[in-house]
Amino acid sequence: MRPGGALDVVQLAAGVVLAGAVLALWRKDLRALISVLSLQGAALATLAGVLAAHDGDVGLGVVAGVVLVAKGLVIPGLLARVVRADPGSRETAPLVNVPASLVTAAVLVVLSYLVAGRLTALFPDPLTRLAPLGLATVLVGFFVLVTRRKAVSQIVGLLLIDNGLALTAFLLTAGVPLLVELGASLDVLLVVVVLQVLATTMRARFGHVDLDQLRELHD
Amino acid sequence: MTGALATLGAASPSLWARIGTSVLQVVAVVVGGPLLLGLMAKIRARAEGRMGPPITQGLSDLRKLVRKEAIRAEHTSAVAALAPLVLVASAAVAAAVTPLLTTRPVVAGGADVFVVVYLLLMGSVALALGGLDAGTAFGGMGASRAMTIGAISEPALLVGILALAVQARTSNLPGIVAASLAHPGWLASPQRLLALVALVVVVIAETGRIPVDNPSTHLELTMIHEAMVLEQAGPDLALVTLGESMRLALLLGLLANLFFPWGVDASGSGLVLLAALAVLAAKTAALAGMIALVEVSTAKLRLFRVPELLAGGFVLAVVAVTTGLVTR
Repeated sequence: MRPGGALDVVQLAAGVVLAGAVLALWRKDLRALISVLSLQGAALATLAGVLAAHDGDVGLGVVAGVVLVAKGLVIPGLLARVVRADPGSRETAPLVNVPASLVTAAVLVVLSYLVAGRLTALFPDPLTRLAPLGLATVLVGFFVLVTRRKAVSQIVGLLLIDNGLALTAFLLTAGVPLLVELGASLDVLLVVVVLQVLATTMRARFGHVDLDQLRELHD
Repeated sequence: MTGALATLGAASPSLWARIGTSVLQVVAVVVGGPLLLGLMAKIRARAEGRMGPPITQGLSDLRKLVRKEAIRAEHTSAVAALAPLVLVASAAVAAAVTPLLTTRPVVAGGADVFVVVYLLLMGSVALALGGLDAGTAFGGMGASRAMTIGAISEPALLVGILALAVQARTSNLPGIVAASLAHPGWLASPQRLLALVALVVVVIAETGRIPVDNPSTHLELTMIHEAMVLEQAGPDLALVTLGESMRLALLLGLLANLFFPWGVDASGSGLVLLAALAVLAAKTAALAGMIALVEVSTAKLRLFRVPELLAGGFVLAVVAVTTGLVTR
């Protein structure tokens, strides 16, 4: 891809995805996490759309639309419904406190650059050079997944991983096949629906959605 | 550095023109600082449904304070007398060398990121020492709080600007602005986005605005900056207030020009400078307006939560530098 307007948009969108991952570690308010996800979804859709327009690839254009609807609107909307049922819910006591997890995020970003540097060296190109941003998003997503206690923030971690994978795929392969992207999006959508059911049941039975407190078996 | 400066073109202004430009920059910061504070107070008041003081209130306050009798607390040493002077002088020197109106201010070669950030740090340290000097409980408390926050925000400021320095391949501030003027495509790069978020947080902390410090409170549990200057009165207080507002104008101007360098004059001559002044005023007023609107809608953080906010800014700055190093 030649340097120019299209590449600027792609770079900016990739930056938004990584900034969103760091913001997700930073903010404790679950509603803020959801708007971060929605922003990431919109950035990914923009990235795919620009790539599609640049290459004249209709399939990729459809993928961009699917990403916008699934990751930008439907999934954040479903999560917002879960949070709305439990107002004022915050990630109060993550296993690792916020400053420490932010420092860990910085280390993870550096690590992903070191690792992905070998990969991008195989085919130096302005697009592949951005791939470490996707890998860093995946790693930060894993970190959110293992250190947060609330069901909603764990699903946010999972969705961060998914967004990071999608970003890496768009940057390295200039788009996944339509069928694969559809399958992946539906999978994630299904996970979110299952989580919504789980969270509703948990709140009905135990009065909270703190996964860490589910230690004992009940009849 | 020389490479970036050499690309500015053949029309090199004379030494006197450059000195004049730098003086104009200092005057702009001295007059603009209180006006920006007034604008922010006005926007906050309007958003809360009040009329608010006129925008020139800051200048009137300064005039009133200067006319008052010079009086110092008992048992204060020369530190209390020097601190306001050092604060204003360091801000004035920083204003003279940073690329606010032109990319060729006087001694442009010396206007390194580190020099400017440490000039600002010198002002904060002087202010904290002045707060400690009277030996009262509030002064010491305010100074200790300000230094705690400064210890995290100053490195974040440095690292955030370094993310741009990596891209421009020079740590010279005028060089960075000149290079970003020459490459409009850089403005949308990921490291700039990350660094912008980081620096906005840092500027809010450095200027003592709401999520970090509330400039209009005198409640002992929360005040930071006000606690340091409780013992100051008359012309001393005028200098401290002026120095603080100059820092605000300087940081906002630097932020605006680093990330949105349009309108910064590369040649440094006559009428173009006036246009640059108007553009700078518009950019800083827009930034100040946005900060004021954020202030209306957010609550002040507890003091112990502030390091969390600043750690976020610092990490974003580190991520920005790493991104810049890899994707350049």
